Amino acid sequence: MLTPLEIEALALSLKVALASVVFSLPFGLLVAWLLARRDFAGKTLLNGIVHLPLVMPPVVVGYLLLVLFSQDGPLGRLLEGLFGVTIAFTWQGAALAAAVMAFPLMVRSIRLSMESVDRRLEAAARTLGATPADCFRSVTLPLIAPGILVGVILAFARSLGEFGATITFVSAIPGETRTLPIALYGLTQSPGGELGALRLAIISVVVAFAALFASEVLARRLGRGIGA
Amino acid sequence: MLEVSAQKRLGAFALDVALACETNGIIALFGRSGSGKTSLVNMLAGLLRPDRGRIAIDDVVLFDSEAGIDLPPERRRIGYVFQEGRLFPHLSVRRNLLYGAKRARGADAGNGPSFDQVVALLGLESLTERRPQDLSGGEKQRVALGRALLTRPRLLLMDEPLASLDQPRKEDILPFVERLRDELDLPIVYVSHAMQEIVRLADTLVLISDGRIVESGAIEALTSRLDLRPLTGRYEAGSVFEVSVEDHDDKDGLTALTFSGGRLYVPRLELAAGARLRVRIRARDVALALEAPGRSSFLNVFAGEVREIGAEDGPLVDVLIAVGEASLWARVTQRSRRELELAPGRAVQVLIKAVAVDSHSFGRRTRHRAFPGNEAEA
Repeated sequence: MLTPLEIEALALSLKVALASVVFSLPFGLLVAWLLARRDFAGKTLLNGIVHLPLVMPPVVVGYLLLVLFSQDGPLGRLLEGLFGVTIAFTWQGAALAAAVMAFPLMVRSIRLSMESVDRRLEAAARTLGATPADCFRSVTLPLIAPGILVGVILAFARSLGEFGATITFVSAIPGETRTLPIALYGLTQSPGGELGALRLAIISVVVAFAALFASEVLARRLGRGIGA
Repeated sequence: MLEVSAQKRLGAFALDVALACETNGIIALFGRSGSGKTSLVNMLAGLLRPDRGRIAIDDVVLFDSEAGIDLPPERRRIGYVFQEGRLFPHLSVRRNLLYGAKRARGADAGNGPSFDQVVALLGLESLTERRPQDLSGGEKQRVALGRALLTRPRLLLMDEPLASLDQPRKEDILPFVERLRDELDLPIVYVSHAMQEIVRLADTLVLISDGRIVESGAIEALTSRLDLRPLTGRYEAGSVFEVSVEDHDDKDGLTALTFSGGRLYVPRLELAAGARLRVRIRARDVALALEAPGRSSFLNVFAGEVREIGAEDGPLVDVLIAVGEASLWARVTQRSRRELELAPGRAVQVLIKAVAVDSHSFGRRTRHRAFPGNEAEA
């Protein structure tokens, strides 16, 4: 039914998108919390940096990542030296590019839900004996769960579709960095690739729909939980 | 012993309170909205940090700006029932109730009622598996009360817990608060701006106005003071004194109460003879005469002496009468005052209709312990 190339591209895309979301979620929570709850010097700057990928051309993001994380780049050398990990031109690099591009969507959604949490409930939790960390885990986190879910789904979908930054940063290596959109682009550029491109496009649509459907079901279940 | 001296600036509002009172029974914090009541209880709970001052309960220092002590709320062991309940919407009633109980199992946690005892005390049996959003306002407040109790607090704060409820719902909750007071022996700071609630529940009254504590003391003494009248209220103005049940007249359905001024007949109360309680007589329910009336419908006639004439309020005036050791307010017209020549020292007859004294007029005084184990903290 699916050709080996399609299976490879689909599996790689899912892997990259999943890694991107899992990797960025803790940072997303932290940054959202900082922006929603803390006042500190440089808050506006942090907010700007987080949102930059939303307004910059993806190619620019990919280029900056390449400069920073190539084997000669400062961060690339650091990672290589510390963990022996190569980011450039690997699927991990693709995940990083996807994570950076999807980060603003994730932070936005978590931050909004965190701002809508009734702080008075947290105060009540404290008077009931909860430490600040305990209060976050037992009250704040369950209440923002729908917002986290929306953020994760948005980031996942954005990662699946990531193209510009990825192809600039990690190129289109079959089996390593040739994700679904990149494979599709490749097919449109080669003679006789029209049918293959169409098939990949259909697969993309199906995957996107499945993700939306899953999020809808989950959100309803969570929503029932908190009476939203 | 609750000791508070604290200052806090909140924008244009300055809170500067000094208070020392015994922690037994219910301490009512009474004042208009915006007088600083909620800020004060928030400082007790640790939710609002004073700029300067010291807060201690029974030698446990909760806050001391000079010594650099500021216990976080979770370590103060002070229960807090908020005006709006604040139940956790993502947890069932049972898990709401257990939220604090689980966290109170520390080494220094005192004894207190068990989950089952609290559920029985507050009548929550049928609610435990429900969600907070499916509860009525009154049910929510009962659950919030139970949740706070299960943390085994050394002091319970209740910030206008009935303010968001309509009158019938208030009547549902008040008996539960009375049961807390009578059966748990837990000191309670009760914030309210309804004098009727306070008389029914409280032993000690703390008057707060414009961020300052004006006066504190026994509720009987404070409500009879003329200079505090602008704070204790006009329409609901009245006097409060202690009585004990003498006997019941089953034929007429009356109960005779005694106090130092005589016998007060009221519609039957379901209390044993000898029970002590507090009664509140509103000034507008008291009439004055120079001689005892002949045959009249007044069941209660006392000999008294005018002690003080209050400030004039249009055609009305409040007169303070000494009856035995009790002080009674009577609200009469200016015309009556003139015609009866009321002035300090004048002997008068005080007339009170038995029907004017209803179930809202009483606050119970006797206390007995239902759950042993709180002695160490009492």
